[in-house]
Amino acid sequence: MTHNLVLRVVSKTLIPLIIMFALYVQFHGDFGPGGGFQAGVIMSAAIILYTLVFGLDAAERVMPPMALRILASLGVLLYGGVGVATLVMGGNYLNYTVLASTQIAGQHLGILLVELGVGITVFAVMLIIFFAFAGRGRR
Amino acid sequence: MIDVVINVTLLAFLAITAVAIVRMTNLFAIIMLYGIFSFLSAAMFVVMDAADVAFTEAAVGAGISTVLMLATMALTKDHEEKRPAGHRPWLPLAVVIVTGAALVYGTMDIPAFGDVDAPAQSHVAPYYIEKSIVDTGVPNMVTAVLASYRGFDTLGEVVVIFTAGIAVLLLLGGRRRKTAAENRGGEGNDT
Repeated sequence: MTHNLVLRVVSKTLIPLIIMFALYVQFHGDFGPGGGFQAGVIMSAAIILYTLVFGLDAAERVMPPMALRILASLGVLLYGGVGVATLVMGGNYLNYTVLASTQIAGQHLGILLVELGVGITVFAVMLIIFFAFAGRGRR
Repeated sequence: MIDVVINVTLLAFLAITAVAIVRMTNLFAIIMLYGIFSFLSAAMFVVMDAADVAFTEAAVGAGISTVLMLATMALTKDHEEKRPAGHRPWLPLAVVIVTGAALVYGTMDIPAFGDVDAPAQSHVAPYYIEKSIVDTGVPNMVTAVLASYRGFDTLGEVVVIFTAGIAVLLLLGGRRRKTAAENRGGEGNDT
């Protein structure tokens, strides 16, 4: 589809908006519908759209497979790390209250970090799966 | 009243889509209908005020699943195999009817939608409704339950997703040796 001008132009306009919406869903999840799972999927949809229009090789230059593997692990590590941090700071595992001076602030920080971890892992894993399937057709 | 009309319409469309999926043999059209089915389910969730679930259904069910199924179809055929001549539908049909009847019978005992006395509403739910804003300061109760009260479960879910990614990488991803790629060269389209 690399020669289709309309698709290229439209997707170039859409991709930044999709990424913007994913970030909104990620960080506004405390207040409205959404959260890490949805944001990760929407973010990966942006890259998948890019892959469909510009091809797998171009997409792998934007998102190297190795970076995706690191990101996938990083998200889980971030989530687990928040739990370990709360243990070290004297609370139960994943009890965010001890993260900051007040309970509300601690919970806010903990939920934000944990949702970020979820988002990063979901984003990376969705792309890993998509690239694995799409890569088989290339050869 | 309007809820009933919307629900009946959506359920009717769901049933029509399901029948269409069963009757079609063109896999490309079936995948598109799966996407429509997911969107209709998402609309059902919106009617039931479950915005977060609807969001996930629309993004994962209609978006990513459709793309992954299309990618899978690109590796195989885009038409169903013709049924073998001696194929008899009676046994599968009987199994489906008995299972379906059992499930419908089971729904008789499910409490009505929004019933205050339902088990789901009478254990921890009242606590979440009253205390989640005090405990966490997060207005979206779903996020408070998902990330804070049930943080352990969500950690498990993330690990499940991570494991799925690793499994796909092990099975399909990575760089293959040349000989393996050449051996597979001709058979890719008919298995």
